[in-house]
Amino acid sequence: MTDITIIDCGIGNINSVKRMFEAVEGEAEILKGPSGLDGAKRVVLPGVGAFDAGMDALAEGGWIEPLNRLAADGGTPILGICLGMQLLCRRSEEGVKPGLGWIGADVIRIDTGGDVRLKVPHMGWSVTRPARANPLLPEGDEEQRFYYVHKYRAVCDDPADVLATATYGLDFTSAVSRGTVYGVQFHPEKSHKFGKALMRRFLELPC
Amino acid sequence: MLSHRVIPCLLLSGGGLVKTLKFANPKYVGDPINAVRIFNEKEVDELMVLDIDASKEGRGPDFAMAEELADECFMPLCYGGGIRNAEDARTLFSLGVEKVCIQSAALRNPGLVREIADRAGEQAVMVSVDVKRNWLGKPKLFNAAGVDPGQGDWQGAIRRAVEMGAGEILLNAVDKDGTRSGPDLDLVREASAIAGVPLVATGGIGSLADIRAATDAGASAVAVGAFFVFQGPHRAVLITYPRYEELRELWSRTE
Repeated sequence: MTDITIIDCGIGNINSVKRMFEAVEGEAEILKGPSGLDGAKRVVLPGVGAFDAGMDALAEGGWIEPLNRLAADGGTPILGICLGMQLLCRRSEEGVKPGLGWIGADVIRIDTGGDVRLKVPHMGWSVTRPARANPLLPEGDEEQRFYYVHKYRAVCDDPADVLATATYGLDFTSAVSRGTVYGVQFHPEKSHKFGKALMRRFLELPC
Repeated sequence: MLSHRVIPCLLLSGGGLVKTLKFANPKYVGDPINAVRIFNEKEVDELMVLDIDASKEGRGPDFAMAEELADECFMPLCYGGGIRNAEDARTLFSLGVEKVCIQSAALRNPGLVREIADRAGEQAVMVSVDVKRNWLGKPKLFNAAGVDPGQGDWQGAIRRAVEMGAGEILLNAVDKDGTRSGPDLDLVREASAIAGVPLVATGGIGSLADIRAATDAGASAVAVGAFFVFQGPHRAVLITYPRYEELRELWSRTE
């Protein structure tokens, strides 16, 4: 079994994710159907696009039930990227479909705090600050920047689920985690050395 | 707070990298893969590569080149040139390109923007709006590949592109291209007021102060050609990119 299993349900730029894991000497495979999830060591759910389209793609591919089982087992690290992170939440203002609901959070539209110069989507690099000790983003003085493209953001019920924050007009939750489930709003696969460092740490998570 | 992207914009022609002056006189700059490797090492915010021959020659995107470029990019990559339909865009995305930039095809068929945006998300579609001033100084829509831009209503072109689902507008000031004489700030100001989505301004950037001026005029991001590939008045080839600290300092200054 490879180190990383990347879910391909047609909603993300999976090749960039695979390439980034390979750049940090991880072995990554792209999975086109859920049968290969059995025995996966670490799972990545990349995604771009609309919330309902993402949930539809997961449902049509038969991914939801096996993924729920994997998340409930709690032994397999799972990383959602961008829309993939939002799908881990309960629901989104962007659509009507329920999300996977592993993270107690709702996804709402970005509020820039009335700064008209800030266009939506938020597209670009932002300093990202860890909210607590965690295995993906080290705490400390060193600035970490990541590339973001999003119109919506997650709001967690329990502040303990917030892994990192960033600022776009107002502060927002930019990464979440609960147990072995992780989600990042930004694109580590497109974030130079900062992204590589995060991928390397995810690769080192025990499974 | 640093939130403006500074994007090297590279032009492909005849298999090599070139830089134009007012959309003409392409000068050879070097090997594209080598240049991309250098920009990757310099940790640029994002990269844009446009094939300026494809639409003129009536051919599709150079997929082999796009894939090779994507292999070298650990930052977002936007590819443009020759994208004729949604299938071309889908192929580029599958090769590891994040965004496609379309112009000629969007003028011919505005529905194409919607079609790509519905499949890949609006953030994945950039529409290039080229604007050239006429002898009276009045800005007019321009197309280098010879597609009739209609009434030349460039503001309408921006509005239409955004309505159809463009996630970003690339505003190209043709008269400024390659001149390093400063951006067309009036154009940037007017375009950013219309756009509603992030506006990437390009044309005329010759200094860090020019980049700041363009973002002060409302651009969310700035695409830069000649300033990052040429050095000095004789246009000697030298690939550069400002350090992160320089850019941070640029926007921390108050006017």
